Amino acid sequence: MIATDTAVFTGMDIIAPTGIGIEDYWSATLAGTAGIRPIERFDASGYPVRLAGEVRGFDESVRVPARLVPQTDRMTQFALAAADGALTDSALDLDTVPEFGRAVVTANSSGGFEFGQRELENLWSRGSEYVGAYQSIAWFYAANTGQVSIRHGFKGNCGVVATEQAGGLDAAGQARRVLRNGAGVVLTGGTDASLCPWGFITQLRTGLLSTRTDPSRAYLPFDADANGFLPGEGGAMLVMEPYGSAAARGARVYGALTGYACGFDPPPGSPRPPVLGRVARRALDDAGIDPAQVDVVFADAAGTPALDRAEAAAIRDLFGRPVPVAAPKAMTGRLYAGGAALDLATALLCLRDQIIPAAAGVTADPRLDIDLVTDASRPAAIHTVLVLARGYGGFNAAAVLSLPGEE
Amino acid sequence: MTTFTMEDLGAVLKDAAGAPETGAWNDDVLDLPFYELGYDSLALLEVSARIGRQFKIAIPDDAVVEMKTPRIAVEYINARITGA
Repeated sequence: MIATDTAVFTGMDIIAPTGIGIEDYWSATLAGTAGIRPIERFDASGYPVRLAGEVRGFDESVRVPARLVPQTDRMTQFALAAADGALTDSALDLDTVPEFGRAVVTANSSGGFEFGQRELENLWSRGSEYVGAYQSIAWFYAANTGQVSIRHGFKGNCGVVATEQAGGLDAAGQARRVLRNGAGVVLTGGTDASLCPWGFITQLRTGLLSTRTDPSRAYLPFDADANGFLPGEGGAMLVMEPYGSAAARGARVYGALTGYACGFDPPPGSPRPPVLGRVARRALDDAGIDPAQVDVVFADAAGTPALDRAEAAAIRDLFGRPVPVAAPKAMTGRLYAGGAALDLATALLCLRDQIIPAAAGVTADPRLDIDLVTDASRPAAIHTVLVLARGYGGFNAAAVLSLPGEE
Repeated sequence: MTTFTMEDLGAVLKDAAGAPETGAWNDDVLDLPFYELGYDSLALLEVSARIGRQFKIAIPDDAVVEMKTPRIAVEYINARITGA
């Protein structure tokens, strides 16, 4: 039996290149549908990277209040829409939780680039008086948390974490901390959307992006042909509550956040090893479980050979057995702050439906010696999931999700 | 002579900051505070910048703070346009 103060997820919503909404995304994911396509949001023909996981069919005029559309970047429109969806999914009556007991903790890694680019264009082509007032807030990492907080009256301990692609897990870890400090509900998760020329050039500088033009061969994590990753946009928002109050109101519980840890890699050139394995171990310790109790690992799945080797080594060392590894990012691209948030949501769906999605189109490199789920989704008895994430610059995070009552 | 009407203000507001939360934009909202209509100080700064560009007048930030309602805003902007 889990403790009444354990943080559990009671609602979520997903906006991803492979589907908008839980069921559209999940059915596409289980079917191995690819969301990597030629970029359409801007003319990418002059750039070395031409492919991305773009969200198609998102209608902000339907999903976002009319007054907020001109004020917000696309990333914030995703966050607002997914927050609405997650709250609806949770069936939580917000009137039962005081305003100062409601908090928003999201991850963000790029800020509102598309909005900012438009205003910069106004600045240099027309003059400073043409820069919109909303630029002062729309670009900001905290814009998603702020707009969601204002919209739903979440006046508690709100915040944003900016730990690049580890952010979705770090936000969940911070959300759990806020719950432990007495909050009644926390909206967590993350969304990013920087598929525009300005956002793109900052991403290209890392040298980690795939420059291939065949969508089926461009982002192949753990494949012998791995050659970089592709960016995507979107993410997920999740509702987190203490198990006691969730159970008391008869809420559907997707799973519990039973363990979390984070760490930072040593600087480049250091003889010390990367910390991913140690961070994963600490997350399991935090959950009070052994590696033997983990049923599936959601990998960070960087898609570059050195990072894939390091992650595979960390998984082998930690488990010493062939644990199933999932990398659904292969279908969406890497969504920056939205990536690990989406992995959390996907892991909760694994717990719900007892099935592991395949990394479609990937052939696991046998030299890595990991049991990557490829080809077809794999039914399995799943009680506990370990989710791993790394962010550019040294961020590492791990989260453990468990079914309540199944620890 | 150029005049600035309630309809003009509504059009700029809608374009800059979205439709009012009350739904309707008519004389019934003339004396409602902007915040009750869902517009915060940033929305008014954005609106005053757009109106300033359109009529080639400078509207200082202090004046924006004093525009509590649509009626006050329309009267202020008209005075500035005709006085310019």
